[in-house]
Amino acid sequence: MSAVKSEFLREGREDIMLETDQMRALERYKVKIDSGRIERRVRLNNGLKHLFSLSTVFALVVLAILLYRIGVQSAGWLDLQFLTSNLSRFADKAGIYGAILGTVYLMFIVVPVTLVLGVSTAIYLEEYASKGRIQRFIKVNISNLASVPSVIFGLLGLAVFGRMLNLGSSILAGGLTMSLLVLPTVVVASQEAIKAVPGFLREASYGMGADKWTTIRKVVLPVALPGILTGSILAMSRAIGETAPLVVLGIPTLILKIPNSIMDDFTALPIQIYYWTLDTVLTPEYANLAAATIVVLLAVLFVLNSVAIIIRNKFQKRF
Amino acid sequence: MEEILLNIQNPEIENNVFDVRGLNLWYGNDQALKNINMQIEKNKITAIIGPSGCGKSTFIKTLNRMIENVPIVRTTGEILYHGNDIFDKSMRVEELRTKVGMVFQKPNPFPKSIFENVVYGPKIHGIKDKKLLMEIAEASLKSAALWDEVKDRLNDNAYGLSGGQQQRLCIARCLAVQPDVILMDEPTSALDPIATLKIEELMDSLKQEYTIAIVTHSMQQAARISDKTAFFLMGDLIEYDKTEAIFSNPRDKRTEDYITGRFG
Repeated sequence: MSAVKSEFLREGREDIMLETDQMRALERYKVKIDSGRIERRVRLNNGLKHLFSLSTVFALVVLAILLYRIGVQSAGWLDLQFLTSNLSRFADKAGIYGAILGTVYLMFIVVPVTLVLGVSTAIYLEEYASKGRIQRFIKVNISNLASVPSVIFGLLGLAVFGRMLNLGSSILAGGLTMSLLVLPTVVVASQEAIKAVPGFLREASYGMGADKWTTIRKVVLPVALPGILTGSILAMSRAIGETAPLVVLGIPTLILKIPNSIMDDFTALPIQIYYWTLDTVLTPEYANLAAATIVVLLAVLFVLNSVAIIIRNKFQKRF
Repeated sequence: MEEILLNIQNPEIENNVFDVRGLNLWYGNDQALKNINMQIEKNKITAIIGPSGCGKSTFIKTLNRMIENVPIVRTTGEILYHGNDIFDKSMRVEELRTKVGMVFQKPNPFPKSIFENVVYGPKIHGIKDKKLLMEIAEASLKSAALWDEVKDRLNDNAYGLSGGQQQRLCIARCLAVQPDVILMDEPTSALDPIATLKIEELMDSLKQEYTIAIVTHSMQQAARISDKTAFFLMGDLIEYDKTEAIFSNPRDKRTEDYITGRFG
């Protein structure tokens, strides 16, 4: 051990000693330039660059073809009459008024149910539950639930809401089933948003004699709100687009009566697309109606996702 | 609260806001405070100094039980606040923190307007009258020497203020709750020298009405502003005396080594 080193050790400066040791190791080691190897690595880099861009192009091309076909097929069919008419046996008189209303009514159930249950769950897990094995177990399982196939939630809804609670294929049954489906997403998003609220803001509130709920209501939730909203809007757009759970619930093919209570039968936009597509064998024009409905559904989803992005960007990095 | 008010009448303990008796504190198995005995006197500035990890921040956060937000903390001994043990079951921590306010190391205003920041405390304690809230905001901001700088932009977001202004806003927010004691945990460590000077001047004027306990890394700061100084080392209270005595004539060798910069 050198004199300098022992001096450092005596003063408790292991950090400096470490540096000098590393420098000695560097002195023993010489980096040689291998032109062939560098050439190979640069070429690999270029090759991969093209491969990656090709992947992106592939996705874009598929999307473009899809949009193009839907656009062409729906041209001339998507008009005001289409949006405001009810179903009809005659393709040129049929419209999606009932389906739009059905989707709106569905949201009247899904939005309050998922927001109240989802945010409450997230608040409990992040703020109140004592950190431990049980809390971790619950968290992991909620994340797992978010990836359970939607058809399984449909079966659950059919068994519990449709049969056991005898709600049949009403708006209420559909809404509750959809709520179950997107609830895990809302819980996880809200948990992340609440977790991202800096601890020093909570401390400030506690330091002035605030209790936990006051702190959550006045400090944590306002700060977490943009994150909760972003996650929730994305979850809602999933609920609007999901078809499988509603098919399993047995949402009827043909609704001639406009629903006016949550216990009425209903149809929704994705169901309408599904059945019109099935029936193209009978009436080829139904393909055009399905395409037009897809355009409407995509427009709604696009607007929702844009709102989510706008909220996220507006409230990013405030501290 | 009634009990507390009664005890203030008692002349024997009138002068001591806090009386810490045999305080031990553990984080899990690591003991961070060892048998601390000290009194914090009314209308004085008490500085707490010591090297990093000596337990000085832990100590000050124990005085308003903020330390209990760390789940693995365990304490023994007692801390009397105007004669009442703060660890007693009948003591609501919310009540204690209303009387014992805190200013933190990093300025931590809420992402709300300047006005909403100052009236946060009064509002949660039930004051709703708009005119009264405005008066409280003005008085608190004036006491924190910030009023003239912000009076024309009370509705602007607090994060538009400079670091020093934010810290004075946090002091104003603390004053608005009308505390009895203000605990300060290295309040100027994130600030530049000019902002630091302003806060120090402010503290000097505040001690007329409040009792202040401040943790500081800067010995010059402790010497400049405090009436009494406590020196902590590895969880022990090594020396506690009048500030002049500590800095001119320390009784303990370790205190002398620390204040002369021989370690830390």
